Amino acid sequence: MQSRSASAPILREKSLEAVRLDKVGMRYGRVVALESISFSVQEGEFFSLLGPSGSGKTTTLRLIAGFDRPSSGKVYLFGQDATHVPPYRRAVNTVFQDYALFPHMNVRDNVAYPLLIRKVPRTERYRKAEEMLALVKLEGFGDRRISQLSGGQKQRVALARALILKPRVLLLDEPLGALDLKLRQEMQVELKRLQQLLGITFIYVTHDQGEALSMSDRVAVFSRGRIEQIAPPKELYYRPRTQFVAEFVGGANVLVVGGKRFALRPERIRVVKPSEGILGRVEAASFVGYGNQVEVRLGDGTLIRVLMAGDSVFTPGDEVGLAWDADALWPLEE
Amino acid sequence: MLGLLADRLYMHPRLLLFVLLVPPFLWIGVLYLGSLFLFLSHAFFRIDDFTGQIQYRPTLQTLGAVLTTPANLDIVLRTLAMAVLTTLACMVLALPVAVYVSFHTQGLQRLIWLLLIVLPLWSSYLIRVYSGKLILAQEGILAWVAGRLGLEGVLASLLSTPLLGGPSLSSSYFGLLLVFTYIWLPYMILPVQNALDRVPKNLLQAASDLGATPWLAFRTVVLPLAVPGLAAGSIFTFSLTLGDYIIPTLLGPPGYFVGQMVYIQQGTAGDLPLAAAFSLVPVALVAVYLRLARKLGAFENL
Repeated sequence: MQSRSASAPILREKSLEAVRLDKVGMRYGRVVALESISFSVQEGEFFSLLGPSGSGKTTTLRLIAGFDRPSSGKVYLFGQDATHVPPYRRAVNTVFQDYALFPHMNVRDNVAYPLLIRKVPRTERYRKAEEMLALVKLEGFGDRRISQLSGGQKQRVALARALILKPRVLLLDEPLGALDLKLRQEMQVELKRLQQLLGITFIYVTHDQGEALSMSDRVAVFSRGRIEQIAPPKELYYRPRTQFVAEFVGGANVLVVGGKRFALRPERIRVVKPSEGILGRVEAASFVGYGNQVEVRLGDGTLIRVLMAGDSVFTPGDEVGLAWDADALWPLEE
Repeated sequence: MLGLLADRLYMHPRLLLFVLLVPPFLWIGVLYLGSLFLFLSHAFFRIDDFTGQIQYRPTLQTLGAVLTTPANLDIVLRTLAMAVLTTLACMVLALPVAVYVSFHTQGLQRLIWLLLIVLPLWSSYLIRVYSGKLILAQEGILAWVAGRLGLEGVLASLLSTPLLGGPSLSSSYFGLLLVFTYIWLPYMILPVQNALDRVPKNLLQAASDLGATPWLAFRTVVLPLAVPGLAAGSIFTFSLTLGDYIIPTLLGPPGYFVGQMVYIQQGTAGDLPLAAAFSLVPVALVAVYLRLARKLGAFENL
């Protein structure tokens, strides 16, 4: 089990606060999108907003970008109240989920757009655009039309366009959602590389817990307009605060022992002889590539997922015993 | 039997296409193109001054008369200027409406807006022109309201502008422009709104996120993406104004428009060749306009 001090190395003690939300609530008519959330993100941090769809993570990102005003609470950027500052005056740029590239401009003009707005002369504009295209490995694509690009290339153009102003905070709204698995993994590495190279704060919205865990310094887990837990990835995984975090982030089993809830990770459970552990019946066994997942129904009706390395010899209906070490049970808050 | 027919058509898509396309082809080919060709070809003949009969010997004399006689050239230029002004006015008025409907309405609200935009088309064109005339007349509502608001001075100075002005709004080019713009406005709003509907709404957010103020976002994103719609709409407003003969007959100063000449020449005057030559003018001008629009890149983002 991880120790409590598993804090990200990038967080220096004297680091500055890039973004802070103070009791921010958001309602659309009678629908409450955000209850009253507070958190702060340090400069240079890779901070993820993780949660299922409709949990409020994109709403939060839009409030930081300035597309919406919160119904209550305040948004601070670099220590200053930015709650009522329009997006075009915020030193924050966004990579949109569907890229939002301008279809009437070629790749170069898209990337150079923020400089056009700032009336930078054309040669300077295009020189910088080429630099950014090189940074995202799209040299020579300047003259292409947006419609000629693949999803991955559009993603890189959107990134180059959002980075050309050297923003201090980059907001990313499920940027890899539309890409296939292999490309997504490539881009994860790429994004992390860029973030460390440029030293920019990344606020990253995703519903993919694997993505959030592998890239982030810290993750805020959202559920129904609330933040369930904010912690570094390992802490989230090994020390979930609530049942929701345990199940959503790590796919953990939740057991009720003596009226209290405990999280139990699938890979920490051993399958033993029926006489040597808690008795259960195998309901399903499936090959998942890196191992086998076995679902076991206990006597009290609880379904337990077990992750086993190596070949599974079980078939549905088999009687098995389950066992785990005492420290594998992690207590959850009610 | 019917099933057998369906099977046959399904297996032979070309046959199906042929069956479906024959009626419209006959319609367009015979009635539309045929009559148009027959009529326009008359522009290359002339009328015998003594007998009043059409001489079926090809000549460019009739066309030449349209373009060289000062009185006729005047008519062409007057019509062209009105068509250009009407198109510009329609563009200016249509853009905000189209942007609003496209970006800020949905569901029932949008339906109501679209209904309001096309509502004028439900009533007779003649009725609409007459109501325009009533509003603009010397003793009309507009003059009355201007009087009540103490704005007679504004109206008077408007009417005293050279060229556009006149004794009253309904007998001035300015009034003519107002009515033309009113009558053709829906034909501009709808294509522009249609073009903007295809613009992803987050492009505006992206622009503002990247530093564009609302005005700059409009100029650099909305306007360029509205251009195909503006081009399509302007083809309507431009060609409809070029060809119209009722509005300048009922309103505005005495000077003739191309449409009126076509009407008079083929009707009262019985000079079919000259009427045909006049009706070639809008065709030629629209062709030139389309070329120009294409050169300016109006159709690149279609």
